[in-house]
Amino acid sequence: MEERKITCIGCPIGCLLTVVIEKDEITVTGHTCRIGKEYGVKEVTHPCRIVTSTVKVNQGVEHVVSVKTESDIPKDKIFECIQELKDCVVEAPVSINDIILENVAGTHVNVIATKIIERKEDPHG
Amino acid sequence: MVKELVVIGGGPAGLAAALSARENGIEDILIIERDVQLGGILNQCIHNGFGLHTFKEELTGPEYAQRYIDLIHENNIDYVLNTIVTHISEDKVITLMSAKDGLYHISAKSIILAMGCRERPRGALNIPGKRPAGIYSAGTAQRLVNIEGRMIGKKVVILGSGDIGLIMARRMVLEGADVQLVAEIMPFSGGLTRNIVQCLDDYGIPLKLSHTVVDIQGDKRVESVTIAMVDKSLQPIPGTEKTYECDTLLLSCGLIPENELSHQLGISMNQVTTGAFVNESLETNVEGIFACGNVLHVHDLVDYVSEESKQAGQSASLYLKGLQNKEGKDIRIVTTDGVRYSVPSTLNVSRMQERQIIRFRVGRVYRDAYVSVYVDDTRIKHLRKRILTPGEMEQVLLRSDELHPFENIDQITIKIEEV
Amino acid sequence: MYDIVVIGAGVIGCSIARELSRYNYHILVLDKNSDLCEGTSKANSGIVHAGYDAKQGSLMAKMNVLGNQLMPKLCEDLDVSFVNNGSLVLCFDKTQIECLEELKQRGISNGVKGLEILTKEEVLLKEPHLNHNVVAALYAPSGGIVCPFELTIALGENACSNGVTFQFNSEVIDIKKQELSYLIKTKTGDIKTSIVINAAGVHSDDIHNFVEQDKIKVIPRKGEYCLLDKECQNLVSHTIFQLPNEYGKGILVTPTVHGNIILGPTAVDIDDKENHQTTKQGLFEVLSKAGLSLIDVPTKQIITSFTGVRAHREAHEFLIEEAEHAAGFFDVAGIESPGLASSPAIGQYVANMVTTKYPTSKKENFISKRKRIPTLSELSFDEQTKLIKENPLYANIVCRCEMVSEGEIVEAIHRPLGATTVDGIKRRTRAGMGRCQAGFCLPKTIQILARELNKDISEITKTGEGSYYITGYNKEDI
Repeated sequence: MEERKITCIGCPIGCLLTVVIEKDEITVTGHTCRIGKEYGVKEVTHPCRIVTSTVKVNQGVEHVVSVKTESDIPKDKIFECIQELKDCVVEAPVSINDIILENVAGTHVNVIATKIIERKEDPHG
Repeated sequence: MVKELVVIGGGPAGLAAALSARENGIEDILIIERDVQLGGILNQCIHNGFGLHTFKEELTGPEYAQRYIDLIHENNIDYVLNTIVTHISEDKVITLMSAKDGLYHISAKSIILAMGCRERPRGALNIPGKRPAGIYSAGTAQRLVNIEGRMIGKKVVILGSGDIGLIMARRMVLEGADVQLVAEIMPFSGGLTRNIVQCLDDYGIPLKLSHTVVDIQGDKRVESVTIAMVDKSLQPIPGTEKTYECDTLLLSCGLIPENELSHQLGISMNQVTTGAFVNESLETNVEGIFACGNVLHVHDLVDYVSEESKQAGQSASLYLKGLQNKEGKDIRIVTTDGVRYSVPSTLNVSRMQERQIIRFRVGRVYRDAYVSVYVDDTRIKHLRKRILTPGEMEQVLLRSDELHPFENIDQITIKIEEV
Repeated sequence: MYDIVVIGAGVIGCSIARELSRYNYHILVLDKNSDLCEGTSKANSGIVHAGYDAKQGSLMAKMNVLGNQLMPKLCEDLDVSFVNNGSLVLCFDKTQIECLEELKQRGISNGVKGLEILTKEEVLLKEPHLNHNVVAALYAPSGGIVCPFELTIALGENACSNGVTFQFNSEVIDIKKQELSYLIKTKTGDIKTSIVINAAGVHSDDIHNFVEQDKIKVIPRKGEYCLLDKECQNLVSHTIFQLPNEYGKGILVTPTVHGNIILGPTAVDIDDKENHQTTKQGLFEVLSKAGLSLIDVPTKQIITSFTGVRAHREAHEFLIEEAEHAAGFFDVAGIESPGLASSPAIGQYVANMVTTKYPTSKKENFISKRKRIPTLSELSFDEQTKLIKENPLYANIVCRCEMVSEGEIVEAIHRPLGATTVDGIKRRTRAGMGRCQAGFCLPKTIQILARELNKDISEITKTGEGSYYITGYNKEDI
């Protein structure tokens, strides 16, 4: 039997969870909602995180656009995800939810834009 | 120009307040924003974790802001950008300035103050050492990295475990920097526990509680900083100094409400929050002037800012429609035994809504303690809390029917009671 | 080939250069830093001392009293903030009242006007926030305050408008005396000149010792200060000194011309001339000694602390003369307090020495006046309206704390000897000097500098080479 104390990151309350792993059975206590229970199980089996970052934009009113993984991805894929975003450049305009990168790091999760970036007005028309 | 309601600040507080005033029937609203876009500081908070309370889903800062901006557009609420308020007179004449429209006045019937807050700088922290480039407040760094896409350091030490500092620790790592440690002078973190988990623990960044910066080296750019442990009275303990080579020091040591305009108006201010004193309607001592969001007191969650600001919008609409209940008396809310302040600081039973949220912060960490509410000498609430920390805003809910049985209430007291 | 090279672009170098620019000399001002006002001139008390402190008959006394008299007109001509706020020297011990009297007599013989010894009641009437332990004070109505950055920059700009060339980032590494000239070796190349004026502040001994066999020594004396928020501006209106006693010279408390309160300085002799480190002990000393003068020191209102290094000499006297064994080499060394107050007089004094020995004609078209950058926060509604109409950039507020607009910053970059660094902008416009200490405006200031100077933001620095802000692009090192 293994017992782990973890802090839920499901929401800012940050419940202190106790996860007990006994053979195939995982029990979570200390949670105050469904998210906490699910997080507890996931964190000890295959921990995942939403990754947020920036990606270069061409011709935008700002130089970069903020992005996120559409859902959480395995923790051990975070740096691979960042590596793939490094070489990514998008053309303005960008809208929220625009897919920036599909299937990042082989996770079957897309990276999407989280901000509107208008196109820079072309001084030459 | 005359406006029914002017909202100063187009960040999360201002947007939610304006929207709520419109929902409550106020047509003539103007939001004044000094930046190039609405949304305020959320635009640079590109991490997730916003909106679980408000939208029941997890959003990033810019997405959360955009939800409100879209509603502002759908409701045709007027706003001006790139416009700064330089003065407000006591009779609510606002002086505005912008490159597009020059300098002009607007006379408002009611005003909601939603100017937000700023970061505490190095000078105010009395950190000794040299003054090279490479010392940034966490928010300044956040702007340069998240909006300009430019790195501000390669090897980073962070002082202060406020949420922006924790968030920036992770951001810097994910953009290619080496974050050596986060030092916090207090024996507890100033930020949310979940941010310590997902921003520091996930990346193996040590958090050194009861540690502070005692020296900064480097003539041109930061070359190293010296960290030392502090004793109970927060004084560095000789012999515990350790020097870390780095080119950057980020400071995340607290936020200060930005109240220059409130001072001009002669609004009475709370020394603890450095925001205005407000009643249950979030109205200041100047009639028709309301305050909400971080200009009132620094929040931990934007969702609570939105919730509070919604109430300010409602209150302003009642005021404008002449429906504000003038009956009853303002009962003082006394905070003691670990409770540092409360918002509101007075409560009028005949004016309060059915459910009144009282927000507050505690002065230290408590485990398994009770938040108690007394009406004069009678305890009406005794809520067990597994943990209470200064980094997180707490709240209690008072229902009007809980107060109705009492007559001639002198004061309401909120305190922490330990077992 | 120059007629005159002035080494050092602080308040002394700039004052001398401006006075000499009245004449038809070909003048260069050299400085090792990236801008004017980067040494002692940028970190001092900003006091225009009345002149009772310096020893009777000393050059220091003479320069101080004359400088004090010249300052108001000079500041008017150059549009520099100056306030004649008067000063008080507090005495806390009845047995020391005679020291006040001594100080008064010294002042009178130095030529200081209007000195008066005030009783406790009179002092507290003038300054109600002073510690009630005060027993008497020497009142000097001619004491004043000036903005040291504004003064230095104004003198430099005006000298520049009158034809003086300035060269920055040019540290002098050696000076070779030649037959009728000097060869100044700098990190960026050699410069030939007939006359050298050594106004190198804490480095004036090094410069002197390059050419003169009789060596001098300047002792860097560190002084730490705290600056308080403008919310404290009613704390004191006069400059408050403490009567020196066995515990030392005391700590002053003074308003600045911009409405802050400054506390300081400490006095610690150090080895490193560039040691601008603030220390915990220094801060403690400033605050505890300031507590002798004030009922309450509002420590929560500290917005920044800083350290200045003064050029002290053991003789504690200004050394202003032509070197004995090096004709045409003029020392202006050991200019410590009251150097700022003396600067207008020193400028004239040195110009007089030079023109007497190396006469030339006066310029007919000398421009004696200079206008400051339009300062939005000082203007009336109508004046602001007019300014914004002429240039809408004045409506874009960059520094919220000090209400500094983009128009002011752009102007600071493009005027004579314009700013090229963030600190240069700060000293010319006050952007970043307020209570948030550049938290909001730093990114904007960097961007405006880059745009106006046609550079990338990574090339913008705080104080010149090596003090960069941007280290690369996101993910560059991944």
